Amino acid sequence: MKIDLALRELHRSEHKLALTLSTLAARHKSDHEIHHVALDLASWSEDHLRELAAAGTRYGLDLNAAPRTEALTTPVQEKLSELLGRRPEPALMLLMDLRHLHRVAAGVSVDWELLAQGAQAVTDPDLLALTQRCHPQTLRQLRWANAMLKVLAPQVLAS
Amino acid sequence: MTASQDRIAEPWGTRTPYGSGQTWPQRVDQYLAGGIDPGSVDRWVQTASILHSNGDALDIAVKDDAIVGVRGRGVDRVNRGRLGPKDLFGWQANASPDRLTRPLIRRDGELVETDWDTAMDRIVTRSREFLGEQGPSAIGFYTSGQLFLEEYYTLSVIAHGAIGTNHVDGNTRLCTATAAEALKESFGCDGQPGSYTDVDHADVIALFGHNVAETQTVLWSRILDRLAGPNPPTIVCVDPRPTPVAEHAAVHLAPRPGTNVALMNGLLHEIITHDWVDHSFVERHTVGFDELRQQVTAYTPERVASICDVPAEALRAAARRIGSTDRLLSTVLQGFYQSHQATAAAVQVNNLHLIRGMLGRPGCGVLQMNGQPTAQNTRECGADGDLAGFRNWANDSHVAELARLWNLDTDKIPHYGPPTHAMQMFRYAEQGSLKMLWVSATNPAVSMPELARIRSILSQDRLFLVVQDIFRTETTDLADVVLPAAAWGEKTGTFTNADRTVHLSDKAVDPPGQARPDLDIFLDYARRMDFRDRDGNPLPVWEDPESAFEAWKECSAGRPCDYTGITYDRLRAGSGIQWPCTADHPDGTERLYTDGRFFSTPDYCESYGKDLVTGAPLEPAEYRALNPDGRAIIKAAEYLPPHEEPDDDYPFALITGRTLYQFHTRTKTGRTPQLNAAAPRVWVEISPQDALHQGIVDGDVLAISSPRGTLHAQARITGIRSGVLFLPFHYGYWDTDPAAAGEHDRAANELTVTDWDPASKQPIFKTAAATVARVRAGDGPAPAPTTTASAPTTAGIAPTTGGPTAVVTETDGRPPAVVTDTTGTPTHTHGGERR
Repeated sequence: MKIDLALRELHRSEHKLALTLSTLAARHKSDHEIHHVALDLASWSEDHLRELAAAGTRYGLDLNAAPRTEALTTPVQEKLSELLGRRPEPALMLLMDLRHLHRVAAGVSVDWELLAQGAQAVTDPDLLALTQRCHPQTLRQLRWANAMLKVLAPQVLAS
Repeated sequence: MTASQDRIAEPWGTRTPYGSGQTWPQRVDQYLAGGIDPGSVDRWVQTASILHSNGDALDIAVKDDAIVGVRGRGVDRVNRGRLGPKDLFGWQANASPDRLTRPLIRRDGELVETDWDTAMDRIVTRSREFLGEQGPSAIGFYTSGQLFLEEYYTLSVIAHGAIGTNHVDGNTRLCTATAAEALKESFGCDGQPGSYTDVDHADVIALFGHNVAETQTVLWSRILDRLAGPNPPTIVCVDPRPTPVAEHAAVHLAPRPGTNVALMNGLLHEIITHDWVDHSFVERHTVGFDELRQQVTAYTPERVASICDVPAEALRAAARRIGSTDRLLSTVLQGFYQSHQATAAAVQVNNLHLIRGMLGRPGCGVLQMNGQPTAQNTRECGADGDLAGFRNWANDSHVAELARLWNLDTDKIPHYGPPTHAMQMFRYAEQGSLKMLWVSATNPAVSMPELARIRSILSQDRLFLVVQDIFRTETTDLADVVLPAAAWGEKTGTFTNADRTVHLSDKAVDPPGQARPDLDIFLDYARRMDFRDRDGNPLPVWEDPESAFEAWKECSAGRPCDYTGITYDRLRAGSGIQWPCTADHPDGTERLYTDGRFFSTPDYCESYGKDLVTGAPLEPAEYRALNPDGRAIIKAAEYLPPHEEPDDDYPFALITGRTLYQFHTRTKTGRTPQLNAAAPRVWVEISPQDALHQGIVDGDVLAISSPRGTLHAQARITGIRSGVLFLPFHYGYWDTDPAAAGEHDRAANELTVTDWDPASKQPIFKTAAATVARVRAGDGPAPAPTTTASAPTTAGIAPTTGGPTAVVTETDGRPPAVVTDTTGTPTHTHGGERR
């Protein structure tokens, strides 16, 4: 049985997603909606990490339930975002960062898919329920990245 | 009945009690300038209220070509003759000597008077430069909730069609965007489900963050008259302040600011747990109930009590009232719209009605209210981040319809994303990719959040700022070109209130100096820009209000906001008519959704909806799968903590709001003696416990700070929730002491946070952290009204009165009067014969 591998990989990718969201929030503090929503969505990933750590104990894993999800550079990034508030460059950077977020979230989504399949194969209803609770939120994170890209890209690319 | 009342002291006038199911009696309010005999008035000209959203119908009295007073229209369905203080006195501002009468242009850093040709030439030259250098995305329009339908539609055609920019929004973003979004989320389309006449039938009236007594005084008079009559309704009030509504409530919930979704989920939890659910309605007419049931499972009264800090028993009592009535009317306004998770919270009010099956019947309605008189028109005409006629930007066939109407190629009309909302436009301006902003009839330099940021954006040299208004404002001071506009009463057009009632507003007098109607200004711009349609005809093709209205009717045909049965003549011959009004429904439509059918089929709906937390739009295919048959959509939402919560440095929750006697940034009400005297300067409301703790007494000057800045205001100690501060947002700087020029220490929005609801994009004015410090004793009590939510708890403070110049006549009928249009031709009589 390799459920532990799937759990460990998902914990790793979910942690990366939480970090990516909080970094996005810091780097784009002057884009207020991005900043606030990214932090709200990072907290979903933090919830997932807690739940994954709890599930992991049943598979002999010692996953960190509350790893650091805020980049060490957050205060600097936030300040930089404020200083660059009037410059056009962050708009393009934002598109790149949202594109990156989209890829990370897509990876997490696939990992939830794999875990859900595994949970069914080994008949672990609790683990399956966990995937059914969390995976929809990952999809919402993914759709948000896509939606913001669609909304913001035209102005950046046309100006 | 004939009574004379000081209507500053008695804002709601004399009671005319009535019982459930009866017709609200007439009471005709009249106010004429001192010494004018009603018989000497030359003509009465038909219009409606312009200083709030209620749509009170009134006639303007004209004598010697000047406005000399007003009188309510007894025949009208909205107010049955009543007027509120702002209607009765606010017209005086039109004749203020400091009206803008000539265009201004910035030369060597100074605004100087110029002529129309020079001003318009500058705008046209710069427009052409921006279009040549960058294209349509360089130009944005920020309009109002106070112009007329004809003006918004014209602006919408110019911006979305002739120029092809996606950047058009109104200040309705700040007041009513959440109403529109909540309706779209639940019903697939904007459009007020209920009607004011639901007050006549309701057994329970629940007001969610809606201080109707101050924002729509005449609607509150209607409720007061029900309360004074036989079998009165029960009031449920959700508001952190001790409003007049709360005073009359059987249950008053005063939640911690920013926790509305938790509160609503708690109410829904109780209703579902007790099975006060109309299962047959839910099954036949809705989708999404199971998700709601799951979502609210965790919101037990005890958990909600701890999140919102309201007693669990009070929550249960409110749920019981709402859950056990057969006729429930709910209303929603800024306490929800301008707070954290705005759309999610407002949608839960819709959900209450959907799961209880309380829609489309007398007394069973939802009123997602508006703040401004013409906000509804900004929305329906596509001047506020929507497309005209409630068309769906994500539905190619809807865009193709617009292209046919405007005789343009479809790809000329931007529809690659939702029309840009105001907050994002200001961000684009901040980054320099939006280079020209044309502001009409609004004052963002006082009304938007975090004013230091707004001022810095608007004062950039690289931003070409055009401002069109009737007075110099804090925003015109930053403009490159200022255009003097005609005010209400000086131009003709129509507008629509919060319960879909369309009124005609005829021109009563000429505008001062060179001021021109906003419609003429927009059309002049279009002609000078030489905008053309596909066949080389001028675009827009119309030339005056009535032809613009006729064009709009064509645009509205077949859409939910169908105006095709309305004409100027019909409005002149009668009074307000509710849309949709068609050949099949020539007298308009009182309630929407009477047959449990909605405007939400995938091909017809205005919106596919959004994720209430992230704001991400649903894809068309997702919506089609979710709601193939066009039912109402029950949308659940989880509670999220506010983004800025009180902490050790900023221990208070700061909310901003309005007072009965002022409107917006006081450009008119601040120039109306009776209104301004009732609330002349800014104040801050604080609870007795918090005041005691800091040794504050009523009238003390306090410094109120947030992470954005500091301002000073006199303390008014009230029954507000402890831990909460309230600041009225009306007060800017145009009438401050010249010695204090350049200081920014009194506008509430110096302190508010830049954050908005991801779904409706409405800024959050009611969830910020702040601190307060006593500076010194004041020179008397706070300059706050005693008649309203700012009533003092301190004894001995003189009550707010208006004196002899505020005395208004109230009658239940009067001698027949002749109503004329602008040419002096009699149009119809009304009044005494309808006793």
